[in-house]
Amino acid sequence: MTTSLNPASSADADAVTAAAALALGDDALVLSHRLGEWAGHAPVLEEEVALANIALDLLGQARVLLSLVGDEDELAYLREERAFRNVQLVEQPNGDFAHTIARQLYFSTYQRLLYGRLAETDGPLAGLAAKAVKEVAYHQDHAEQWTVRLGDGTAESHDRMQQGCDALWRHTGEMFQPVDGIDIDWPEIEASWTASVTAVLERATLAVPEGPRTGAWSAGAGRQGLHTEPFGRMLAEMQHLHRSHPGASW
Amino acid sequence: MATAAAHQAARTQAAHATSDATGTAPGQAPGTAAYQTAFDTAVAAEERIEPRDWMPDAYRATLVRQIAQHAHSEIIGMQPEANWITRAPSLRRKAILMAKVQDEAGHGLYLYSAAETLGTGRDELLDKLHSGRQKYSSIFNYPTLTWADVGAIGWLVDGAAITNQVPLCRCSYGPYARAMVRICKEESFHQRQGYELLLALSRGTEAQHAMAQDAVDRWWWPSLMMFGPPDDESSHSAQSMEWKIKRHSNDELRQRFVDICVPQAESLGLTLPDPDLVWNEERGHHDFGAIDWTEFWEVLKGNGPCNEQRITQRRQAHDEGAWVREAAATHAAKHSEAKHAEAQDSGANGKATA
Repeated sequence: MTTSLNPASSADADAVTAAAALALGDDALVLSHRLGEWAGHAPVLEEEVALANIALDLLGQARVLLSLVGDEDELAYLREERAFRNVQLVEQPNGDFAHTIARQLYFSTYQRLLYGRLAETDGPLAGLAAKAVKEVAYHQDHAEQWTVRLGDGTAESHDRMQQGCDALWRHTGEMFQPVDGIDIDWPEIEASWTASVTAVLERATLAVPEGPRTGAWSAGAGRQGLHTEPFGRMLAEMQHLHRSHPGASW
Repeated sequence: MATAAAHQAARTQAAHATSDATGTAPGQAPGTAAYQTAFDTAVAAEERIEPRDWMPDAYRATLVRQIAQHAHSEIIGMQPEANWITRAPSLRRKAILMAKVQDEAGHGLYLYSAAETLGTGRDELLDKLHSGRQKYSSIFNYPTLTWADVGAIGWLVDGAAITNQVPLCRCSYGPYARAMVRICKEESFHQRQGYELLLALSRGTEAQHAMAQDAVDRWWWPSLMMFGPPDDESSHSAQSMEWKIKRHSNDELRQRFVDICVPQAESLGLTLPDPDLVWNEERGHHDFGAIDWTEFWEVLKGNGPCNEQRITQRRQAHDEGAWVREAAATHAAKHSEAKHAEAQDSGANGKATA
């Protein structure tokens, strides 16, 4: 590292990086938590293993990212709902297995593109992104395979998968709101995401959902700390034990 | 360790025994008595019995029952710990707990596969679990009331499981023995994480210490019951020992576990809830108080605090997942039909152009 000639701008740069790390870290933390709720409830034993594996990868990413910002536990357990910067998509409740898979498809496709592009930059998050993108490639493969299996399975699974995709569609636009400190071509990512997801849905004999991908409330809202009602309950459960013993170490 | 040569020698010996006993020439179908002799010889020589070897029906049935019960215990055992995943008090603890619960699902997979080598599939075994015809370890019918219970399960329940399971790595049935080698390695991590979790609590705040002590108080006696009834009341033990499925008696293993735990409890700064627990110089072991076997039999009969809850959640997960499994099977069938048709098409084209 060379010493910056302008300490003020260096501090600004650090703050921008921290804000970006917080956004990506919160995405990973919150989705990991949701996937952790599946433990003991998955439809088949292989999925107990797979969902836990994805949850663990995401938790690992979250811990690295949050540690760039401050103390990982303080950030995870002592922030109020309005201070979280994750997109609303990842906080949505699990629903049935198809709903969870739709969430996985939308998010892992985004995360793979995001980390892939980020890994090509020379920014401070490039190293982490390069490592994480390998994990995320597996998550995306898992989600795509299940989307196709369920979409092109039975009439019931087709309907459920379509419902899952439709219900979460309005949370997908938010992911492409540029995040300060992540210097990538956001419109390009959005176009790649749309092409990729469309191809999978077609292979799964599913219709690409119609309707807006953002609304007055959801456009970029999560990144500004506006969340949906189920998120508060999720945090209440996640934080209660830690908060019940102030200052304790575990 | 059985070498390939020793294995071959035993099989050759078995072949001789076969022709001797039946008077048929080698290569002809021998009678059951000859197979039995070959089996007994292999077991006595510490050989592994493999899936395609002949084995007595009762040996097969005993193994299926035991492996299934073990597999069921792994997947039911996920519940009490998964109960705390969403409330784990630090991200490090959360990662460890998720990995542990995932390991248990993995153990379930190895064990159902081991049972499958004996000709009984996972669906059939799950069906028996869900309908109450097969059991899982009674210990999982106790609730996890506080975070410290996660530690107590790791230290005591996994500790007891390891004491039971390490000898199974030498079990006479090959696939089970090999599955157990891997499982025991992971279980020993689980046991250490439980100990370490309790240590952090014990050395933590007053409230944390009390939480740890309370958990140990509640899990100690049920953990001792995990070794099964006393030797004189154990119905399957003698035959299993003879078959080298089981290597040590219930009481022997229980004593070993108590002796291991006493110094560990001291290092933890926690007490074990047994006023009669005392070192016996003469025996070279700790004496311990009487176990409440009435409680054991009651929980086994279905009257434990969580029997109903555990099996209901298991059935519910299975039933709610039925449409997913059906979709996967339907998709796979469609896909393989399409592949088959494609192969036939290209075969037909090949002929036409030839």
